[in-house]
Amino acid sequence: MAKKQLCYEDVEIGSEVTPLAKVATTQMLVKWAGGSGDFNPLHYEDSFAASMMVGSPIVHGALKRAWLGQLMTDWIGEEGTLKKLSCQYRAMDYPRKMKTMTEPHDGETWWCKGKVTNKRVEDGEHIVECDIWVENAKGEKTTPGSATVSLPSKKK
Amino acid sequence: MTEGSLIPDKITSLIGQMSPPAVLKVEPGAITRYADAIDDPNPLYRDVEYARKSRYGEIICPPGFCGWPIKGGGLEAGALMAKVLGAVFESGMMRILDGGVEFDFYIPVRAGDTLVVYGQFIDARERVGRSGKMLFLTMEQTYLNQNGDIVAKARNTLICS
Repeated sequence: MAKKQLCYEDVEIGSEVTPLAKVATTQMLVKWAGGSGDFNPLHYEDSFAASMMVGSPIVHGALKRAWLGQLMTDWIGEEGTLKKLSCQYRAMDYPRKMKTMTEPHDGETWWCKGKVTNKRVEDGEHIVECDIWVENAKGEKTTPGSATVSLPSKKK
Repeated sequence: MTEGSLIPDKITSLIGQMSPPAVLKVEPGAITRYADAIDDPNPLYRDVEYARKSRYGEIICPPGFCGWPIKGGGLEAGALMAKVLGAVFESGMMRILDGGVEFDFYIPVRAGDTLVVYGQFIDARERVGRSGKMLFLTMEQTYLNQNGDIVAKARNTLICS
């Protein structure tokens, strides 16, 4: 990608990870089920989801985790390396339903966000740690987590 | 097992058990479908020419994808998971949710790699949450490549109630 490469010197504690917008749709959940191999009916069967006490089919936690992966790889660019990624699925998210073959109904947009919490040089690697999360339309962090990356340095 | 503990002995006794290894072939089409499902247009996951000129030299996997299916292959399908979940259901807990995951990435996974994954049931603990007592079970998957190097580890937590 013809984006400017992020370097260690470009970030400080408190720096924001470039936010990434996502829209979960029932169609995305179908694609995720196939792409990931998770065929749990919790994510597509109304009555099963109701029996599991989540109301209606919910967004896969692992899909939200995958969004957070993209948040980090987009931000660190091709010369950066993602070393650790973790998150907790704290609250349910519900997908938008589809209006047409390709368009979802109006509704919620999720934001993947993050903030630098630490940076250090360790064994010659330029390490940056971040708090990351998925935020729903109400601004609630339904999927908080953290990530550790190494970035190229402008020095040497 | 302490008085009033929710963790049945049957579950505690399974901690440490490992699943037999499973083989995962990392196919380029599966990588692209996974990236498509997230809506991630990164050319490293789909454009061979582009990827060959990158520092990776080949199409790579998005973080967390180590071949299809993503959840441990042998672990999910295998007898170990069935035993653990069997013990959970037997103790009267009916609801199992994915609580979260921690990944350590060591080596990029490339299209054409053949990985071996094995799983281990590493932890069971109970916590009291808003909706009463919950049981947290942790499974660890370790992925090795064709050279025998560990490429990634994943620790998944299941929440049972």
